[in-house]
Amino acid sequence: MLTKRLIACLDVVEGNITKAVQFQDNIHVAPAREATAALYRKGIDEIIFYDITASNERRPIDIETVRAVASNVFVPFTVGGGIRNVEDMRMALKAGAEKVSIDSMAVRRPEIIEQGSRAFGRQCIVLSMQVKRVEKSQSIPSGFEIAIDGARVFTGLDALEWARRGAGLGAGELCVNSIDCDGGCEGYDIELLQKICDVVSVPVIASGGAGSIDHVAEVFQQTDVSAGIVSSMLYSPRLPRNFPVSEIKAELLARGIPMRPHLEA
Amino acid sequence: MIDVVDYSAGNGPSVIAALEHLGLPCRLVGKDYELAASERIILPGVGSAATTLESLRDEGLVDALNRRVGDEGVPFLGICIGMQILFDHSEEDAGCPCLGWLPGRVLQFAASKRRVPQIGWNEMKPTGEHLLTRGLPEVGHYYFVNSYYVDPEDPSIALGVTNYGIDFCSFLVSGNIAATQFHAEKSGPLGLRILENFAVFEGR
Repeated sequence: MLTKRLIACLDVVEGNITKAVQFQDNIHVAPAREATAALYRKGIDEIIFYDITASNERRPIDIETVRAVASNVFVPFTVGGGIRNVEDMRMALKAGAEKVSIDSMAVRRPEIIEQGSRAFGRQCIVLSMQVKRVEKSQSIPSGFEIAIDGARVFTGLDALEWARRGAGLGAGELCVNSIDCDGGCEGYDIELLQKICDVVSVPVIASGGAGSIDHVAEVFQQTDVSAGIVSSMLYSPRLPRNFPVSEIKAELLARGIPMRPHLEA
Repeated sequence: MIDVVDYSAGNGPSVIAALEHLGLPCRLVGKDYELAASERIILPGVGSAATTLESLRDEGLVDALNRRVGDEGVPFLGICIGMQILFDHSEEDAGCPCLGWLPGRVLQFAASKRRVPQIGWNEMKPTGEHLLTRGLPEVGHYYFVNSYYVDPEDPSIALGVTNYGIDFCSFLVSGNIAATQFHAEKSGPLGLRILENFAVFEGR
């Protein structure tokens, strides 16, 4: 049986992991290379790494850090941030990433999804979506709007429509981050996630809001998402306690959720 | 020495990282003449069948692989799309003739039953004793990324089976040719164990 995936998502600045709340107040947590190697040994199923300042600084992704992480991590590894075209994708994949994540650039130039998917296969292309709850309107009938550029710019795109379109263009997975829940540690946006799952047939990754094992169990039991992102739970100094990967997995397994059992690497 | 075929649509560097982590001598090879001296060959893969074959052809690697693996019996491991293109034909890319080393076809998962592509950790059950499955548990989890699966004409070549709506062959060996549908290089300690086993596989 295909298991649910527990994914660690890391925001990286200059080779270091940082943690923000709703895209602000970043605090430095640990060097990316050591932290990802430790997560691998502790049994994480997958790692996503965002170079969060690359787009703003108009530079390519930090390829040295991608390479350093890839040389120590033998589970799938997705990178995002600063991916502008097929050549940038190729560079990230050659540095050892399995998948690339595109976000704002996909909204600006949707054809990049198609081009990437054609060049590397759709399984390489993760469409990352920043979603905010807004009033329902004619242009946003679902009440969920897509934002870009670190959730600062609203696009007028309906999230469900964008999900459908992204999958149609060739995205192999959708990573759906709730801006409202991001860093809040009060649970995922269950309603949003199930709505997205209902309109696409590709796997959906839940992001934003996990603060406890209950939250992760909830998203797997109440929605059809294939994977859940945890980050604060693993390492945020803002939480009263952090959770080892093995504890999260053991507890989810005990609740009957199919997970890859923990193996010490 | 394990030679990992490097072509523009491949993920050779990930396989090299895994082999280096295991302390196994390895190198990326991208030229046909480099394959002339290969002792063991891994053909990694991501992406579609047609793109992979086109990329291998453009780089002049198909003839060298046919000769070294097909005729001369060099131990070989194909991974993911590197497994699928070994068969006669794939349904991918509106139908794509493949290398034809192994009789059989590559079929698409029915999207009505499950999310496609299959992405994630699924179980593989080894179907018998073999050097390549040494050290693996009765049921272990391995990382899959695939919309297509192989349907060998000779079911006895299967070394391991996985279920995704249907049972399919996810690990095989036929003479000197071994292959995994899952990404051994990204399947944690169990995947690394398979690579270690391949390092001593003589293909007989």
